[in-house]
Amino acid sequence: MLTYIFKRLLLAIPTLFLVALAVFLLVRLIPGDPAQVMLGEGASPEAIASLRTELGLDEAVPVQFATWLGRSLGGDLGNSAITGEPVGALILSRFQLTAVVVLISVGLATLIAVTFGLLAAWRQNSRLDLAVLGMASFVLAVPSFWLGLVLLLVFGVMLQWLPVVGYVPFSEDALGAVLFLVLPIVTLTISETGVLTRMMRSSTIDVLRLDYVTHARAKGLSERTVLMRHVFPNAFAPTLTLVGLTLGRLFGGIAVIETVFTLPGLGRLMVDSVLARDYPVVQGCLLFTATLYVLVNLLVDILYPLFDPRVTVS
Amino acid sequence: MTDALLQVSGLRIEADQPGLAPLLEGLDFEVAAGERLAIVGESGSGKTMATRAIPGLLAAGVHRAAGSIRFEGEELTALEERDLRAIRGAGIGMVFQEPMTSLNPALTIGKQLAEGLKLHRRLDDAEIRRRCIDMLRRVQIADPERCLAAYPHEFSGGMRQRIMLASVLMLEPRLLIADEPTTALDTLSQREVLELMVALTREMGTALLLITHDLGLVAQYTDRVLVLEKGVLVEAGQTREVLAAPKHPYTAKLVGSLPRPGDGGATGGGGDVLLSIEQAVVEYRGKPGLFGAGAPKRVIDGVDIAVRSGEIVALVGASGSGKTTLGRAALGLKELAGGMVRFDGVDIAAMDRRQERDFRRAAQIVFQDPFSSLAPHLRIGEIVGAALRHVPGLTAAERAERVTRTLEEVGLAGYERRRPHQMSGGQRQRVAIARAIVSRPRLVVADEPVSALDLTIQKQVIELLQALQRERGFACLFVTHDLAVVEQVADRVVVLEKGRIVEEGATAAVFANPRHDYTRRLLAASPALAIAEGSAS
Amino acid sequence: MRGRAHQYLGFGLVGLLLLVILTGFVWLPYDPLAIDLDNVLAPPSWAHWLGTDQFGRDVAARAMLGARISAFIALQTVALTVLAGLIVGLASGFLRGWTDRILMTFSDALLAFPGILLALSLIAVLGQSRHSIVIALSIAYLPSVVRVVRAAALSIREREYVEASRAAGDGPLYTVWRYVLPNALPPVLIIATSLFGWVVLSESALSFLGVGVPAPAPTWGNMLSSARPYMASASWLSIAPGLCIVATLLGINMLGDALRDRLDPRNAA
Repeated sequence: MLTYIFKRLLLAIPTLFLVALAVFLLVRLIPGDPAQVMLGEGASPEAIASLRTELGLDEAVPVQFATWLGRSLGGDLGNSAITGEPVGALILSRFQLTAVVVLISVGLATLIAVTFGLLAAWRQNSRLDLAVLGMASFVLAVPSFWLGLVLLLVFGVMLQWLPVVGYVPFSEDALGAVLFLVLPIVTLTISETGVLTRMMRSSTIDVLRLDYVTHARAKGLSERTVLMRHVFPNAFAPTLTLVGLTLGRLFGGIAVIETVFTLPGLGRLMVDSVLARDYPVVQGCLLFTATLYVLVNLLVDILYPLFDPRVTVS
Repeated sequence: MTDALLQVSGLRIEADQPGLAPLLEGLDFEVAAGERLAIVGESGSGKTMATRAIPGLLAAGVHRAAGSIRFEGEELTALEERDLRAIRGAGIGMVFQEPMTSLNPALTIGKQLAEGLKLHRRLDDAEIRRRCIDMLRRVQIADPERCLAAYPHEFSGGMRQRIMLASVLMLEPRLLIADEPTTALDTLSQREVLELMVALTREMGTALLLITHDLGLVAQYTDRVLVLEKGVLVEAGQTREVLAAPKHPYTAKLVGSLPRPGDGGATGGGGDVLLSIEQAVVEYRGKPGLFGAGAPKRVIDGVDIAVRSGEIVALVGASGSGKTTLGRAALGLKELAGGMVRFDGVDIAAMDRRQERDFRRAAQIVFQDPFSSLAPHLRIGEIVGAALRHVPGLTAAERAERVTRTLEEVGLAGYERRRPHQMSGGQRQRVAIARAIVSRPRLVVADEPVSALDLTIQKQVIELLQALQRERGFACLFVTHDLAVVEQVADRVVVLEKGRIVEEGATAAVFANPRHDYTRRLLAASPALAIAEGSAS
Repeated sequence: MRGRAHQYLGFGLVGLLLLVILTGFVWLPYDPLAIDLDNVLAPPSWAHWLGTDQFGRDVAARAMLGARISAFIALQTVALTVLAGLIVGLASGFLRGWTDRILMTFSDALLAFPGILLALSLIAVLGQSRHSIVIALSIAYLPSVVRVVRAAALSIREREYVEASRAAGDGPLYTVWRYVLPNALPPVLIIATSLFGWVVLSESALSFLGVGVPAPAPTWGNMLSSARPYMASASWLSIAPGLCIVATLLGINMLGDALRDRLDPRNAA
């Protein structure tokens, strides 16, 4: 078990290294002087010169990469080319909001998906199954941002139950913040249940076909016990992997949802800095989200043997 | 016989889809307490379905349309699901075919064993643990304490099947239904598991309903036998009588398909040495560890074999003995870590382009699995013709002509335009044979060519291979675990254990007087031979 | 059962999309780019079936042109990704060893970037244009296709018919071409269908964020994006393009499911 965890950790290192290299090279790919690019058109020659020295642009590229990597590991992601704020702090403050929305939504979506996926598969081809499958297929076809717009139209504009534009931080007005977060969370939850439900359903169907399920029934166990003890853990393992992938993907920013609901999250920060060509922030966001993605999946890999002890061997 | 333990009458099973013929029709039988009854039949005979219907565990898609099932005087078909559950496990236990999927991979053995006891008996945890350990000891698990904390994937197929047996017999059911319990195991563990099963059920007075396609097992382990063909009971009676004097033609055909000794081997084969394997070593790279690859695992360890032209040499061993690997290595499909393979005196690893082309044409292979050895997207004509791709100087017309003639020879005239999925397992294996002989090879490696087929089909395919060999006189390296087949076809036999040769010699001599212990165990574990000898005497 | 109705609905919706695109080549109700400031934010009527936007442009005409642009971008992306995915995936799965290890490490690293963010940053580098979207989305989705192809190649490579090809003396390239590739195609076809849906979705998301297809060319995504401020006064602007996306994705997904049911070997038996 320990060797398994250790192995997973070691395997993540080359991936993380390549991720960092890709992020570093991305900005170098832009034609022109990186310092000029980073500071924008109107920068003074002195500012460019000082950034050049700060970035070590006169040194060889590998040396630059090493310096940059060293600083990033130390948490120093540079400063925004536009506001001058430190990128690290900027990212962390925006990430809090995104993380809250994503964690709650994915948690809810997983609960819903596991329950309905399991039940639908258990009664395959029943009316319940068809309804679940139909809903899941429909949800899969609805873009989250449009779902958000429609919900906003109904609950914000027509019924006027919830605010349409803006956001108050939790620290200033807790109730207000909750009101602003209801629709984004509902939207994201609905959007993410589609894939997860289908996954849970199909892996449950696979497990239900196996001999050990018939064996469990042949022992005289009740359907409830068969489902909870013998089917659920084995059927949940693939879904767990997908939950990890989803979390990793969404932590990187739910840019579209944040745009619909005008939330100042990490995704919006990334989009705005792309539009403003604020490269230090783009670079920082990418590095942060990719690292987070790798770490979340690492966590899932480490949790996986709880549901499927076979993986520790291979 | 009102005191029968199980009484099935008029059982009919149909598919849910309307309009299809019933899968099982009007089945009647009884099992007395403590009796051992076999149900035999080939795939599709409905034997598995018949037994799954007893505790009400039919798979989705089929249902019981008519019939009564009485167990200890109680009509099971009239019971509520709840009351039926009280009988499952405690009254009727089941063991399944696939040891790899019949234990839950996510639970420890201990939890899975305890489950049934907790449900059906009121016992405290300590007593449950004591009984689990006791039962594991009775099925000869070496370290029961450790086994309880382990997961299924830590055990081999044979061990898992014993654990299954333990988990079922621990509840002391009155009837044990065993559905092909050893089909997925190799010959040696097959015998061990069956002996255990019979011994334990006899001890406990449990009746055994053994479902199998293997008449050898039936002869050795059961009192009475039912023969099913396509969902209909065609014959029933005392095992000894049915096998000695089958009344129904289908039963006769099944009994007749059992390989018998002395059908005569090959042409005798006294030619020059065609294939010689010298001090061959094959290694598998170890699992890649943290720091580079692990230690290599030796699967073939210094083996010498010579095959003369026109001779059939059988390579036998249990699974894991390395016989399949050696067969592959003989054709250069597995790289050697040491030693060499010579074909016609030339080291196959050192051949030039032309020599290699000629070698590939002259040495062919027939694989075990007729479902994976034919490319599913090609037509039969293309598959067989592919073997002629590297034969120089053949026009397209000549090639097509050769394919047509070869298909005729294997009894598949006019099948050129078919695709593999439109054919049965036996037909596919004929295609595989056609592909192997179309280039007129001098050596054919046959890797378990019939072990995936039904018994009657096995007989036909073996006879075809023998006939072709006699006619064309190619040498054959016949890889198999089935000693009965060996006795039927081979001139010489080589016995492999853990990658080394433990015995070799003329087939008759080895069978009459096996010198090595491993060979003796293999021979003893081969039930088909026992029945063949039994009926001869 | 349900399979049939599902299939017909899928074919129907995709057929409808094709019809709309083809019609758009010969006839559009209005010039989708023509500004008409006398007719700003007009609600749906006989003259403008789906109303007009904040510049008085006809929404129906824009949605029809948008369908064409989205479908073209999706087709180009799918073609590029599948081609590259086949090459990399077959090389990785058939050759294994070091080739596989290196390619997979790269693929895993690429997979660590959430698709839309990766596309976003690539567009930031490449500049905002249709080509950038195609290239960015191809790179973002490449690892998914590579995984599918590699998995197929790994499993096909172990089949005995591949060994039979070697035993017959065929070279490795011929074996891949004649035996591995054709049998890897069914799963590739399935993923290509899904990919088409993903790309339509991602492209509309990018356009919605304002980094997709540049204005004034219409796409469903940027139509929705410009509708956001007028949600209270002109709700039709938010509804029509969204329904177009939903219908397209529903059709494609159902088609993909039907394909999976037909081609999945587990259902064939």
